[in-house]
Amino acid sequence: MRKLQFHPCGNYSETYEKEITLFETDFGRAAVLIGLIVLFAVVPFITGPYALYVVNIIGITSIAAIGLNILVGFTGQISLGHGAFVGVGAYAGAIMATTLSLPFWIAVPAAGLVTALVGMVFGVPSLRLKGLYLTIATLAGQFIIEYILVHWEGLTRGTMGIVLPSASLFGIVIEGDRSFFFVIFTALIIMTLAAANIMRTRYGRAFIAIRDNDRAAEGMGIPIFRYKLLAFAVSSFYAGFAGALLAYYMISISTEPFNLGLSVEYLAMIIIGGMGSIAGSIFGATFITVLNEVLRWLTDFLMNSGMLEGMQLNMAPLRELVFGAAIVLFILFEPRGLAEVWRIVRSSFRLWPFSY
Amino acid sequence: MKAYRGRPGIFDREHQENKRADLEVVDLSLNFGGVMALSNITMSVGTGDLFALIGPNGAGKTSLLNCITGYYRPQKGAIYFNGEDITHVPTHHLIKRGIGRTFQNIELFPGMTVLSNMLLARHIHCRYGFGLASLFSPSVRDEEVRHRRILEELIDFLEIQPIRHQLVGSLPYGLRKRVELGRALALEPKILILDEPFAGMTLEEKEDMVRFLIELNEGWGQTMVLVEHDMSIVMAISSKIMVLNFGEKLAEGAPEEIQNNPDVTKAYLGDDTPL
Repeated sequence: MRKLQFHPCGNYSETYEKEITLFETDFGRAAVLIGLIVLFAVVPFITGPYALYVVNIIGITSIAAIGLNILVGFTGQISLGHGAFVGVGAYAGAIMATTLSLPFWIAVPAAGLVTALVGMVFGVPSLRLKGLYLTIATLAGQFIIEYILVHWEGLTRGTMGIVLPSASLFGIVIEGDRSFFFVIFTALIIMTLAAANIMRTRYGRAFIAIRDNDRAAEGMGIPIFRYKLLAFAVSSFYAGFAGALLAYYMISISTEPFNLGLSVEYLAMIIIGGMGSIAGSIFGATFITVLNEVLRWLTDFLMNSGMLEGMQLNMAPLRELVFGAAIVLFILFEPRGLAEVWRIVRSSFRLWPFSY
Repeated sequence: MKAYRGRPGIFDREHQENKRADLEVVDLSLNFGGVMALSNITMSVGTGDLFALIGPNGAGKTSLLNCITGYYRPQKGAIYFNGEDITHVPTHHLIKRGIGRTFQNIELFPGMTVLSNMLLARHIHCRYGFGLASLFSPSVRDEEVRHRRILEELIDFLEIQPIRHQLVGSLPYGLRKRVELGRALALEPKILILDEPFAGMTLEEKEDMVRFLIELNEGWGQTMVLVEHDMSIVMAISSKIMVLNFGEKLAEGAPEEIQNNPDVTKAYLGDDTPL
């Protein structure tokens, strides 16, 4: 039998195959396996409906955050329109489920594809614009999409919103938080694996090359514009997929949630989680979603408890305040985000218990 | 597996056609606003040549290379590579047709390891599509391993084994130049364009670099165009030299002819003492 490996204290790869595996050690592989078993066999059965709802939202948000990280963290194209792309996905999914009455398993990936196309359209300015200028162009995209979602009433029913039929997969109706949990997290795992795989092939390398030095990337035979568009398409596919899942999960959707605030929130997730890290996107999505819920609860509590006589109204912007402070603190103290914290924790175990 | 004996497989082109590199520059002119960077330059590089481009600062050497590699668009004239007009072909297509280059100021990716930098050069040789890549199917893995193996041969050839997993940003200048040469070679170029490969190197590093270039050129028939200021190296290794001055061609010919050319001496030294 092959010798199982705990954390090695050096590079002990013996084959080139070993250098490109996702998990460096058998220990890492086992840890992930145990984590998945706990996730699927324990979490949905011990959590209450509210906690499960939060977990599900984390799952959906993680998919969209991975998408944004591919575009911003790996390819270096800062986008302020990700929230709108999630909205496009939600509406595309909803329209396919109602008007076209497509089944769930087609509607969700198809919504992803539609969003990928829309994302490519809004990625076209990246041919000429770089950095901040491109960010402003994507900001324009955010407002254009929002406007279309509200005003194209024939398609989106405007501010009325759309109510979706219940989802069903292989003849089983998916209803309630628990069954959605399994669908959402299966999708998250597949999407995470796909992203990790893309990043260790020539596509991921090309993305990173464009981020670091586009002149040299061009000199390596990488068609810059095509790959920027591809990054926009992949990123929007993830956003659209997440949006369609969200639409099915929420049963009814309207245009309000997909505003600029959501786009900024997604950017905050990948900054806090770690730019250019797939795992970081999930950490960030978890952090921001949980922070949101905690602060909502705290704000309600402070405003209604009567503890702070006459100051209740001052507590209303608490969420925004803490949110901003969290981003600033992360940029100051751990600019590479939670993923880096996780890496440090892991590598301190590398030589444990003989750490010197 | 056969032991590696210092003969990188990618240099050993099966067909002579894969080595063919005939570069013709005809009447090329380039200006930036009112500044004439290049005027009516004509040059021709044949398969197997080690063509050196020399001239004082600002003579237009790098501009000429940038025209050949598609970074600049000349206003007048044409460039032919193996008989095809490549004057307006974008850079990334030129790479595929076999024009690889290094840069004067080293355009490596400092945040990546030596190996990742070189893997980037294999981009154009990867055959798999996006769908298979997202699944990381066995065929994708085998291909990645194949490229990794090719790179290892190059790493052996350039004697950079100890630094293959180091970040390029942490390497000294001379080694970076060598890594950049390795990356350009990993493109499998038919013609290799080197912009000042010896700049900023110690004598020992220069000697190593000369050794690599001579082996590439004489041992493997690699066609090269080289911009360099170190005359002792240029005169010793090149088969053909072209001298540029203020965007104009001053002279072209074998090293001995250039050495005895009075115009060249004048441009460099300002009087008639031989070089």
